[in-house]
Amino acid sequence: MIQSIRQTWFSNIRADVLAGTVVALALIPEAIAFSIIAGVDPKVGLYASFCICVVIAFAGGRPGMISAATGAMALLMTTLVAEHGLQYLLAATLLTGVLQIFAGVLRLGELMRFVSRSVVTGFVNALAILIFMAQLPELTDVTWHVYAMTAAGLGIIYLFPYVPVIGRMLPSPLICILVLTGVYMASGLSINTVGDMGELPDTLPVFLWPEVPLNLETLKIILPYSIMLTVVGLMESMMTATIVDDLTDTNSDKNRECRGQGIANLGAGLLGGMAGCGMIGQSVINIKSGGRTRLSTLCAGVVLLIMVVFLSDWVSRIPMAALVAVMIMVSIGTFSWESLRDMRKHPLSTNIVMVTVVVVVVATHNLAIGVFVGVLLSSLFFANKVGRLLYIGSTESADGRGREYEVVGQVFFTSAEKFVASFDFKEALDHVRIDLRRAHFWDITAVGALDKVVLKFRREGAEVDIVGLNEASATLVDRIAVHDKPDAEKLLGGH
Amino acid sequence: MSERHVTACIDGSAYSQAVCDAAAWASLRLDIGLTFVHVIDKAGRAAESDVSGQIGLGSREHLLAELAQLDEQRARIDREQGRLMLDAACERAAADGVANAMSRQRHGALAETLVEMEPQTRLLVLGKRGETADTAHEHLGSNLERVIRSLHCPILITPPDFTAPQRIVVSFDGSRTARAMIERIANSPLFEGVECHLVFVGEASADCRKKLDEAKAALEGVCAGVTIAILEGEVESSLRAYKQSHDIDMLVMGAYGHSRIRHLLVGSTTTEMIRRAGMPVLILR
Repeated sequence: MIQSIRQTWFSNIRADVLAGTVVALALIPEAIAFSIIAGVDPKVGLYASFCICVVIAFAGGRPGMISAATGAMALLMTTLVAEHGLQYLLAATLLTGVLQIFAGVLRLGELMRFVSRSVVTGFVNALAILIFMAQLPELTDVTWHVYAMTAAGLGIIYLFPYVPVIGRMLPSPLICILVLTGVYMASGLSINTVGDMGELPDTLPVFLWPEVPLNLETLKIILPYSIMLTVVGLMESMMTATIVDDLTDTNSDKNRECRGQGIANLGAGLLGGMAGCGMIGQSVINIKSGGRTRLSTLCAGVVLLIMVVFLSDWVSRIPMAALVAVMIMVSIGTFSWESLRDMRKHPLSTNIVMVTVVVVVVATHNLAIGVFVGVLLSSLFFANKVGRLLYIGSTESADGRGREYEVVGQVFFTSAEKFVASFDFKEALDHVRIDLRRAHFWDITAVGALDKVVLKFRREGAEVDIVGLNEASATLVDRIAVHDKPDAEKLLGGH
Repeated sequence: MSERHVTACIDGSAYSQAVCDAAAWASLRLDIGLTFVHVIDKAGRAAESDVSGQIGLGSREHLLAELAQLDEQRARIDREQGRLMLDAACERAAADGVANAMSRQRHGALAETLVEMEPQTRLLVLGKRGETADTAHEHLGSNLERVIRSLHCPILITPPDFTAPQRIVVSFDGSRTARAMIERIANSPLFEGVECHLVFVGEASADCRKKLDEAKAALEGVCAGVTIAILEGEVESSLRAYKQSHDIDMLVMGAYGHSRIRHLLVGSTTTEMIRRAGMPVLILR
């Protein structure tokens, strides 16, 4: 046990602490920006990020992944906060935590296998677009100073790493924030700063129970939001966990991650924070900076809180332009640019699914709906493709008065009509033989189609002989690849 | 494969030669095959660090490609080195008399790999420490305890040098595991013709003496002379004194009999014994 603690916490100390600090520095502007998107004080997002980060360090299933308050979740909260206020948001966060723990216990993390690559890419692209769009209010109706500062900020972020010695040793988002804050304080321009957007934390977080009435009315209000938050939160966390798995070439326990997310969100709700989930951009930054174990996540959360609580005076003087620059960097980094490049060589159905997900999400500002639509579309495309895997050939029998049909492929609801249409009922035959040895029947529609064919042949006076019913019906029952199938015979019997 | 082998773990450390010799001795005595194993553990590698803190166009894919390439280069080097080590081990085994030793390289953690190979392992041979250990002579390798706890086959732990044992100490405490151990030794050709000292540390009751006599009778069939010794005092130090005074070459004992809670609070007797042994230790379950 000591061995595994050493492995999961202390095997990479220097790089983890460094990476955690870098991540914390990038998390501050993000947490503030996402709080503003959700319509709450920056305090809420910062407490949430601290709590979620620290709890996930202990309870999560994917070491090295960063979880905090995110844009995906913030976007779902805007209407709840606008209509009902912060307390209902905290209650929704608590309920989200509970639902996520259930999802972990019921092993719903494994449902991710129904979400195809194109839906995941669409999700990520839509998220990047939404983060970018959320910065636009800060860039409209402002003086040219703001544009200049934002452009300068982006320049620093992208060009600073090329500076000879210190470029790779100091995180460029930090330099950007420091420089722009310095310029703002020196020049005394009147532009928006973080302090203008709401309250910042001045104490360590305290335990709060949301002040909402504990009745069915409240439940009706928060339940739909909680369900969407659960779905989006778990989806993004599972996807981020998979990305980190690939980058580090290690496995992770997805169900433990679901439970960990639930516990973290419960904690966040009790400390006055909003719900959060795994963050793709920050996790990539963490891995890139050398963080590999749970220690990096813990460091990120702790450094975040220390800096925010003890440096809150300085934090309130950071101009919003600096935050906007950092967020634009995150959005550019999150967008999957090679998906645009690959659109030329991917099949049309993949592209349609991806674009549809992006369009639906941007139109509704709701990632959950986009994912549902994407999953539905990709399932339909899949069923359609497999439905074309049906070939029916026929040969005339030796005596010229009968015909043998050979069915090869998958017969199910999509292909049932094609199946029926492939038989020539107008031919006057004495006997018909249908060879099903290389066919697979998947559901009751297929059985019904076979019934129809047999009936029609009998009505024309032909004698029907079916071969290979056993093999064909092997796929009818819910348990595939079991040797004796009494259930299947019940379904397909009587031919 | 139904036949079980002697499995010997090789790394680049100074202990590997002793492991070779010990494994060859065991393989010849038991008349079974010998397999050398080298485990490449990626987890020990330090992570590359680029703290520029920004992600740009296609960062994720570039990062994945970069990390995969780094891993590939390191893995190739590790594999080549491992191949050299295993070839050297097979040569040394051939010089010791084992003609066709096999070799395998696996990726992953040592304990997990050995657990996977357990069904084909009759005896596992390990060095007391490996190449990643510090130089203090008495410390145990970081993997050793986990390996011993995870496996149930007999394990032979060697110090930096190994010679075929002439006199062994069998540590007996009267428990059921100890009696199973005696039976196992009695039925195995490993200690044929070796002088055996059956040692009990502590207060010996009449029942205990009876068991000791039974054990002696069982061992007399295979060993060249069995001496019973009843010692007093602390297990580790009295055994060590006995070993020194009687010029013993190998210690045979059971492992981790006490509960894990006692182990966390007090420290494990087994670990202590292995640490201070100064000679090959054979652990039987």
